[in-house]
Amino acid sequence: MTGPAKRIRTPLGETGTAGLRSGDLILLSGTVYTARDAAHQRMAERIRRDEPLPFGLAGQVLFYAGPVPAAPGRVIGPIGPTSSYRMDPFTLPLLERGLKGMIGKGNRSPQIVEAMKRCGAVYFAATGGAAALYAGTVKRSVLIAFEDLGPEAVYRLEVEDMPLVVVNDCHGGDLYREGVERYRVQSL
Amino acid sequence: MNIRELPTQTVTDTVARLCVEANFFLGEDVLAKLRDCLEREESPLGKSVLEQVLGNAAAAREKQVAMCQDTGYAVVFLEIGQDVHFTGGGLMESVQEGVRRGYQSGPLRKSVVRDPLRRVNTGDNTPAIVHCEIVPGDRVRLIVAPKGGGSENMSEVKMLPPSAGREGVMDFVADRVRRSGPNPCPPVIVGVGLGGTFEKCAFLAKKSLLRTLGEPHPDPYYAEMESELLERVNALGIGPMGYGGRCTALAVHVEAHPCHIASLPVAVNIQCHAARHKEAVL
Ligand code: SF4
Repeated sequence: MTGPAKRIRTPLGETGTAGLRSGDLILLSGTVYTARDAAHQRMAERIRRDEPLPFGLAGQVLFYAGPVPAAPGRVIGPIGPTSSYRMDPFTLPLLERGLKGMIGKGNRSPQIVEAMKRCGAVYFAATGGAAALYAGTVKRSVLIAFEDLGPEAVYRLEVEDMPLVVVNDCHGGDLYREGVERYRVQSL
Repeated sequence: MNIRELPTQTVTDTVARLCVEANFFLGEDVLAKLRDCLEREESPLGKSVLEQVLGNAAAAREKQVAMCQDTGYAVVFLEIGQDVHFTGGGLMESVQEGVRRGYQSGPLRKSVVRDPLRRVNTGDNTPAIVHCEIVPGDRVRLIVAPKGGGSENMSEVKMLPPSAGREGVMDFVADRVRRSGPNPCPPVIVGVGLGGTFEKCAFLAKKSLLRTLGEPHPDPYYAEMESELLERVNALGIGPMGYGGRCTALAVHVEAHPCHIASLPVAVNIQCHAARHKEAVL
């Protein structure tokens, strides 16, 4: 694991995700969509009612994040990952509709890890609490849905060389498990 | 008896300023611990995370922006000297107004919903949680500690039987950190409240997070327990951001309180590396 960072660009095709392995360092460029708890709930409702989503999911990447409001003259305020497990109950139908990547932090449920393998999707982690740095990788930001949700609205972001790590690849690799196994001290 | 008058406007202005400063400027004690960790960390990924976190703190300070997008639920501690008389409006409302202004002017993120089940954002990050204590004197000590949701969610209270003893407490604390894994943005600070009642131990755990990192407990018994716990937690191998590594926690702080003959309450409040608190004395 680790080595020089791989540069990848969204949207991610299936071939794009197959080459990624847990522990890979990534510099991601292209479009990503922010969506956290409340936006996921809204998307789930739309899917249940057979209504269109605010953006097409095929090959796309979601960033579990709610930014700080932008100061005047800035593209965006500080932005970084939120805990991903809270999105697990809403994620299966999104993967089934072609979602290929998710950026967050922390554990995913076994069901979602399985579904990612089946759907050829990848889970990336961003460094939590490094939001001033991540804001610098966002070149454009457009609010595209659920404005009333405030920090939980959906933004389309154009990012450049966003530093990420592959946690769950689509072959069953899991950096959280592998990393802890390597460094755990058994005797204590 | 001399009563000192203090306009609540001063409280509002100070709270507003501290909300912003806490979010922009990570404390020197936290930075020093992060640098220590960077030196000790063996995992290459762990090292790169710690470099990012330190670089981020520097960037936030320089650009005067929040270090983390989760600018927290505002938790405010007031230690009010009993010889102070507040003038010009309600004290509690003046604290809320300070939070409102601080989060607006930052700008900081508004992360509070009005109701836990109906979940509509209040739009100004109020209400803050306010803890008041009356102390001797004519000064007011004011601490603003914005608390992120990711690490707060990994916290827990447990009512152990007294027979569980020191070992039972240590097992519970270590296991709470193990089960939290990567979720609370390690390296973390582990706040442990011990004794008191159900609510008191949670409060103690929170309060222990305000202690300067690197300062051991004044009682050698608990100082030793803290360092033993830190060693156990770091042996878990979770590491920075949970990618595996030596540095899972920067510190473990324990605060203890007398308790009922039947009880051994223990609370673990997990604090992420964005350990924010700023204070002022008025
Ligand atoms: S746990 Fe702390 S560092 Fe991580 S996202 Fe939340 S507030 Fe930020």
